[in-house]
Amino acid sequence: MNAAGPRAVRAKRVEPIRAARLSWLFFRLGVMNEMQYRVNFFIQLLQSLLALGTGLAVLALVFSHTKTLKGWTPNELLAVMGVHLLMGGLIRTTIQPNMTRLIEDVRQGTLDYALTKPEDSQLMVSVRDIRIWQGVDIVVGAAVLGVAIARIQAGVGVWDALGFAVALLLGGVMIYCFWMILTIGAFWVIRMDQIVELFEGVYQAGRWPVTVYPLWLRTALTFLVPIAFAVTVPAEGVTSRLNGGTLLAAFGLAVALFAVTRWFWQFGLRRYSGASA
Amino acid sequence: MSAELRTAAGPSAEAPVPEEGRFRSMASMYLTLFKTSIVVGFQYRVANLLYMIGMIAEPVIYLVVWSTIARSQGGSVGGFTPGEFAAYYIVWTLVRQFNIVFTPYGWEWRIREGQLSGQLLKPVHPIHYDIADIAGWKFVVIVLWLPIAAVLTLIFHPTLNPTVLQVAVFAVAIWGAYLIRTMNLWLLGMVTFWTTRVAALFELYFVMELLLSGRLVPLSLMPHWVQVLACFLPFKWTFGFPIEALVADLPAGELLGGLAMQALWIAIGAGLVWIMWRRAVRRYTAVNN
Repeated sequence: MNAAGPRAVRAKRVEPIRAARLSWLFFRLGVMNEMQYRVNFFIQLLQSLLALGTGLAVLALVFSHTKTLKGWTPNELLAVMGVHLLMGGLIRTTIQPNMTRLIEDVRQGTLDYALTKPEDSQLMVSVRDIRIWQGVDIVVGAAVLGVAIARIQAGVGVWDALGFAVALLLGGVMIYCFWMILTIGAFWVIRMDQIVELFEGVYQAGRWPVTVYPLWLRTALTFLVPIAFAVTVPAEGVTSRLNGGTLLAAFGLAVALFAVTRWFWQFGLRRYSGASA
Repeated sequence: MSAELRTAAGPSAEAPVPEEGRFRSMASMYLTLFKTSIVVGFQYRVANLLYMIGMIAEPVIYLVVWSTIARSQGGSVGGFTPGEFAAYYIVWTLVRQFNIVFTPYGWEWRIREGQLSGQLLKPVHPIHYDIADIAGWKFVVIVLWLPIAAVLTLIFHPTLNPTVLQVAVFAVAIWGAYLIRTMNLWLLGMVTFWTTRVAALFELYFVMELLLSGRLVPLSLMPHWVQVLACFLPFKWTFGFPIEALVADLPAGELLGGLAMQALWIAIGAGLVWIMWRRAVRRYTAVNN
């Protein structure tokens, strides 16, 4: 069935409006699909609350032994936790389901179905799936962040809020690129099913500001796995630590990573030989 | 989904085997399952290594955070220096591997897909397959763990000088931990026979385990009431105890007492599994295949 092969599907210029409409279509489809399983909402809610309770218990434990952690106060660490939960929710609703599906498709050869569609292939594989109930974490994270901000006496200015929003967006893009690059590895290494656990494990590092970690680990968490940009930098935004230089660096890195991801996807795709081959 | 088969009360087709022959065949069954599991485990080296690297993130995070606190508190917190935390969390990585057993989430699949039907026809209790299969995999884990432990040791400089007795007790205790947790998670997983809405229950269990086992932090850092509570629960015998057997300076009495407590919890777990399994199997219906 893939006589023409994936090679026939070359990348064209992606029109932003068309891309947005396609993403929106898949989003609506995903929501309709997920609305069939409403009980999952309550299960997810309970899991989110358990995770929140555990996180709070850990913070309480840490601050029962010390007053500040490398210059971060309890309320500021609460803000970090909020951003961590929020970003985790974003990843699990949008990025992760698509990536696990892509891995499975490469293994089974069912990627053919996505490649033969007359749309940009990278866009297709990145917006096909959505898990709305995991979005509970986004709400819980935002609530924790709100409480933390209210308790930080200094208050959060407009520029801080704007910096936070931009940093969060850039962090999301970087996490997407990171996931995508790892997933493209599936074209070479067929068995990648452990990768979700690998990411979840490493992502836990974001629960603490990366400044806590020793230099080598901080470097890895900034450039190897962009958790610093995904969690710590936005959290710096709401705790008035963020400066323009960091934000500019985040922007530069996000653009560079995206370009690399784009190239790597085309490169990896050439390895793919389809189902019936 | 048409013909449903209600299996009669368990493996009734048991042939009368003489006691010693039965023991020998059991031993050879375990040995065969060990071998298969080891061969399969080494087949997917890259996947397994990635998996283990994902797992070391957790203890490294704890280690860094608590070492930072220890330093800021003048060198130690809760009786642990950074070097002792390093020892605790490096040994943690191996103990964590021994805590991996058949997941309770797997029961839904076992029941829905009719996987149990085949197992029920065999003359031995299905738990033996789980124990042997996953125990075999532990040998693979130990081999893959050695380089990870070496790297962590070079980075974090653990303070670790155990006696021969401590090493011996540790070597037994990790298997004790494995058996306790196998029993506990079998019990938890078997709830699936009665209801399929089990995720919430499992998560609750895992959170309790995280806080009360010594996985999150050494229990001595916990508030006093948590430590007291932990004494009456099985969790700390699967995690905190094996680690402390090697890392802390426990007296010989406490070391051997710990092994006895492990034996007690294994016995309790096995007894409960035996009772619950008999009831569970009566409820089991699966697609006839």
